[in-house]
Amino acid sequence: MGRYMVKRVLMSIPLLLVISFLTFVLINLSPLEPAEVVLQSQGVPKITEELLEQTKEELGLDKPFFIRYIHWLIDCIRLDFGESFVTGKPVWSLIGPAFLNTFKLTMVSSVIIILLSIGLGIICALKEGKFIDHSVRGISFFLTSMPPYLLASLMIWYFSVQLDLLPTSGMTSYQSYILPVTVITISYAGIYFRVVRSSMLTNLNEEYVLFGRASGLPERLITMHVLRNSLQVAVSVFCMAIPIILGSTVVIENVFAWPGLGSLSVRAILSRDFPVIQAYVLLLAAAFVVFNTISDMINAAMNPKLRNDL
Amino acid sequence: MIHLLEVHQLKISEASTGKVIVHDGSFQLKQGSCLAIVGESGSGKSVTCRAIMRLNKPWLRQTGRILFKGENINALPEKEMRKRRGKNLCMILQNGMGAFDPSSVIGVHLKETLSEHFGWSNHEIAEKMKKAMESVMLKNPSEVLNKYPHQLSGGMLQRIMIALALVLEPDLIIADEPTTALDTISQYEVLEQLIQLRERLGVAMIFVSHDLGVVKRVADDVLVMKAGKIVERGEMQTIFLAPRHPYTKYLVSTKLALSNHFRRLMEENSVAES
Ligand SMILES: Nc1ncnc2c1ncn2[C@@H]1O[C@H](COP(=O)(O)OP(=O)(O)OP(=O)(O)O)[C@@H](O)[C@H]1O
Ligand SMILES: [Mg+2]
Repeated sequence: MGRYMVKRVLMSIPLLLVISFLTFVLINLSPLEPAEVVLQSQGVPKITEELLEQTKEELGLDKPFFIRYIHWLIDCIRLDFGESFVTGKPVWSLIGPAFLNTFKLTMVSSVIIILLSIGLGIICALKEGKFIDHSVRGISFFLTSMPPYLLASLMIWYFSVQLDLLPTSGMTSYQSYILPVTVITISYAGIYFRVVRSSMLTNLNEEYVLFGRASGLPERLITMHVLRNSLQVAVSVFCMAIPIILGSTVVIENVFAWPGLGSLSVRAILSRDFPVIQAYVLLLAAAFVVFNTISDMINAAMNPKLRNDL
Repeated sequence: MIHLLEVHQLKISEASTGKVIVHDGSFQLKQGSCLAIVGESGSGKSVTCRAIMRLNKPWLRQTGRILFKGENINALPEKEMRKRRGKNLCMILQNGMGAFDPSSVIGVHLKETLSEHFGWSNHEIAEKMKKAMESVMLKNPSEVLNKYPHQLSGGMLQRIMIALALVLEPDLIIADEPTTALDTISQYEVLEQLIQLRERLGVAMIFVSHDLGVVKRVADDVLVMKAGKIVERGEMQTIFLAPRHPYTKYLVSTKLALSNHFRRLMEENSVAES
């Protein structure tokens, strides 16, 4: 088991390297000249060829592509993502706090989504085809198909403006969490509880359930076995849900003015702040790799077959 | 002669569409005897077996009377029925690999079953299972108990089910194609163990198979099913020598060749063993 863990962690290192390289290539494929962007944002009135060359040199942009990548990579490992073209502040001082805010929002939402999905998934699977199964699926279908920004706007209008119960925006107290978390939960719980439900149903149709029942085991015990096998599938889906939500908070954060990665990245893209965009993409990609690794490890701990194969 | 099991007009249909899967089937099983159910794929053998256990899917409806030791178990409350499953009525399935929870070691299922029915301690269970497993020719029983299903062969898993039945000492064993998924050698071994199981416990058995050659070895009576109907029934020898229904004739003629092959194999095996 320990050997598998070490192996799995080592396996993610080349993956991270490939991702960092692709990030770097993609950003550098952009038709815009970074030096020009810097000068523009500094409000230089007339950009001369000379000035451009000088800025390039300052930014190290005159060096060959691969050298630049290596330098950037080494800096990234030291959490030094360079300086923002626009504000001149270190990128980490912008992205760090924003990431923390988004991470808090994501984790609170994810925990609620996971608990809700497991609960609803179990109930619906055990009551397959009954009234409760149909109503939960119907309601969730309706809610999931609503666009999040519409849902968010409606909720702000009703709970914050009409009833004046909750803050409209920002991140001031625990109350600020309620609306964004609700919107995110509604958008995702409907998808993930279906995963739990269908995985439960698949398992309920397995022979071992028949044999368990034929041996006279109480339903309670059989459900435990089914649950354990179903959650194995669900765990990896849930682990991947966290980075997905992390990356998809852009809309929610902009509606609720949440001071997180979503808001920051939109601003960075609009002002072509390359170092910030680069760091954002890299951070999200790293989050995917990390959670993917965690999910594999949990799966290995739960599934004896996987554990032995590797 | 009192019958252990009397099935009267068992009809199984789909609740929503009313489509009949098994038509008014009636048959009896004497104490300690073995009834084989043969028939082509989809003829309703498995559905009939599960109907006796009352383990068909909820969307299938079954009517009729199933008298087990004189009691209509088709009308029993689920809770009472559950107590009889395993304890009085045992099932042995075709696919051993699927029959155990893939994420638990084999011992877990056995422990849960035995402590449910007898309330034995883990130690007692381990002792009894080990003895039973040795008697079905499973080596290193304590190791096997700590193995996951995917680490064992189909034949071993089948013999573990038989060992469990040995400990449970039921009145009736329903074996739904217990040897179909196995290679010829394991098929022979499992069949031998089933025959010995009957001898040891004097237990009655319903034995489902496609293969008349195998059936001939174990069964006293035969039931031939086709498209949900019982088309022929009788004693093993009679059916074999003088099949009446055209479908039975067809089965006997096609399976004769195979059964010869099987007998040869078994003879070779017993020569090799002695
Ligand atoms: N869960 C189910 N729901 C609906 N119909 C079913 C179900 N199980 C079986 N049937 C139907 O019942 C009929 C008999 O199936 P059954 O599994 O009993 O056949 P069988 O004789 O055991 O075949 P085989 O030899 O392939 O195992 C089939 O036509 C099948 O379509
Ligand atoms: Mg069958």
